[in-house]
Amino acid sequence: MKLKSEQALELDESHVTVGQSFCDNPKMTMRNVDVFYSDKQAIYDVNIDIAKNEVIAMIGPSGCGKSTFLRTLNRMNDTVEGCRVDGQIRMDGQDLYSPKLDVVELRARVGMVFQKPNPFPKSIRDNVTYGPKIHGLADTRVDLDEILEKSLRKAGLWEEVKDRLDQPGTGLSGGQQQRLCIARAIAVSPEVILMDEPCSALDPIATAKIEELIEELSHNFTIAIVTHSMQQAARVSHRTAYFHLGKLIEVNPTEQVFTMPKHPLTEAYITGRFG
Amino acid sequence: MSDSKTLIKIQHSLTRRNRAEARFRWYGRIAILIGLMAVALLFIDIVSKGHGAFRATYINLDIRYDADLIGIDNLSDTEQLSAGNWQALPKSALRERFPDVSGRRDKRRLNNLLSNGAGFDLKDRLLASPTLLGKTESVWVLADDDIDTYYKSWLDGNAYEARLTDQQIQWIGELHEKGLIELKFNSNLFNRGDSREPEQAGIRGAVMGSFLTLVMTLMLSFPIGVCAAIYLEEFAPKNRWTDFIEVNINNLAAVPSIIFGLLGLAIFINFFHVPRSVPIVGGLVLTLMTLPTIIITSRAAIKSVPPSIREAALGMGASRYQMVLHHVLPLALPGMLTGAIIGMAQALGETAPLLMIGMVAFIVDIPNGFSDPATVLPVQIFLWADSPERAFVEKTSAAIMVLLSFLIAMNTTAVWLRRRLERRW
Repeated sequence: MKLKSEQALELDESHVTVGQSFCDNPKMTMRNVDVFYSDKQAIYDVNIDIAKNEVIAMIGPSGCGKSTFLRTLNRMNDTVEGCRVDGQIRMDGQDLYSPKLDVVELRARVGMVFQKPNPFPKSIRDNVTYGPKIHGLADTRVDLDEILEKSLRKAGLWEEVKDRLDQPGTGLSGGQQQRLCIARAIAVSPEVILMDEPCSALDPIATAKIEELIEELSHNFTIAIVTHSMQQAARVSHRTAYFHLGKLIEVNPTEQVFTMPKHPLTEAYITGRFG
Repeated sequence: MSDSKTLIKIQHSLTRRNRAEARFRWYGRIAILIGLMAVALLFIDIVSKGHGAFRATYINLDIRYDADLIGIDNLSDTEQLSAGNWQALPKSALRERFPDVSGRRDKRRLNNLLSNGAGFDLKDRLLASPTLLGKTESVWVLADDDIDTYYKSWLDGNAYEARLTDQQIQWIGELHEKGLIELKFNSNLFNRGDSREPEQAGIRGAVMGSFLTLVMTLMLSFPIGVCAAIYLEEFAPKNRWTDFIEVNINNLAAVPSIIFGLLGLAIFINFFHVPRSVPIVGGLVLTLMTLPTIIITSRAAIKSVPPSIREAALGMGASRYQMVLHHVLPLALPGMLTGAIIGMAQALGETAPLLMIGMVAFIVDIPNGFSDPATVLPVQIFLWADSPERAFVEKTSAAIMVLLSFLIAMNTTAVWLRRRLERRW
């Protein structure tokens, strides 16, 4: 007897995303998005909205395209040789792939936190104030210090590092480094924060802290997070999107995805039949 | 049962493996030993030949600064000064030391004890303190190179007589008994330019030439090399053109240096009419030579900067230029500097291309600028090694010692700089 998932895979050729992909007041909208690496297609015809101040989690097995999808949102894919994005991605109605758009501005509005904590090999202060400095957000040292403290407080790191702001950021523990990277990202007051498996290199306690932080940040920011951990998606996100082999299979409120998945592939994945 | 068999087999192979490893270690040690011995041999040979050059033979004379003898009456008249017979001063003083010597031939032999530059040294002395005119002063005067060679070898116990007559040897013996001939520190070696007379020849000109040429090379090759490396690594698209360029940079590194010399001769001198023998053209040619080294090491240094740093910077909204300037360059700089210093050390030791562009000329004056004719240390070594006078043998070795100490100093700086800059975080 065939597994449900295998049946579904065969059905997939003309698939339509199941669930609530769209919302009334979207921050970002994506229509018919295809992504290619040279000749290889990584993402097929994705249609989805990301609402204001929501936390949306992208889950799916390795190589399903969830990270690629995330990186189309701030055009980090531009740095990959041979990467091409078709379709339409808009933020507040503005086309992100229009030739008129400056990626530098876009990346100031859409911040990113990477899988491996990657603080600059500079002091904690320089790490956080780098963004405000290059974007000219602060004129005086006092302004910069204010941004520094505010960002570190928001990232829940202030108490731990306030006495050693001039020591290297690389000297912190892994979890602290990741929170430093989050502080660095929010220092330029982005509208959206992209997180690419932000906890995969961290221990459970550090992970818990980051998850708490995401919860906090969701009041002020729109957050898109890619994660390998279904528990994490269940804990932090409002909506969950399930990707499979480059296709967006299902988008639904997180609770529903994990209790009553609509699509057989989603069900197969969250029940651990593959992944 | 089968378990113990496996174990025995493993143990058997283990002894074999251990033996192989021990053997390999010994090969390594022997290889290093051979290398060290070669270096030690080189140093022992050079030092044993060259240490003598740091001292020169001087003869003590009571010099009377007699205006009539020199043929001058006014110390401020430069024409008179340059026409004056300065060599007469030490000659007459020496004749007073040996009043018995008579006859033209004997007198000439006696005069041959002195360096023919001795008179000019006394002229400088007199001009420095004009009150000496008409007075007598005890001065150590530079001896001729044949005397120098003989006296040093005689002190060492295996006298080399060569071109000296028995009479001259006897005079030296007498001077030695009276303590009027001595070995003193050879300041000429460090203060003077090249000369046909070994006792007056120094490396100052070559050192200055090397310095000017290297400054020129560094000023051109470091910025060009670093810019090329950054562009190729961070900005250039990866296509057939950049592949082509990359291959050709590596080709450039493999081109024999004499070819660069010919290129410099054909292009810089014959086409652009840059003057010959000057540090500018030397620097240009050596720039061509060191560029590939600097580009390749700089690219390696840039490549070794983790991509996560680049992503972090770009993700923060830094432009590519800001990413490179703020994050990649500071991290790559130690590697780039090391590459530059190693390139400079190569350039310092380079001889062949400079022969083609006239830096092999016999140049007495010490160069003071980029457009003064100059030679460089390795070429000076080549010139001295080629000279017939025996006294140049130890000069050659001394110049090699100076060159080697510069090279060692530069390489040590490279290592030190790398450690220091890398320790920052």
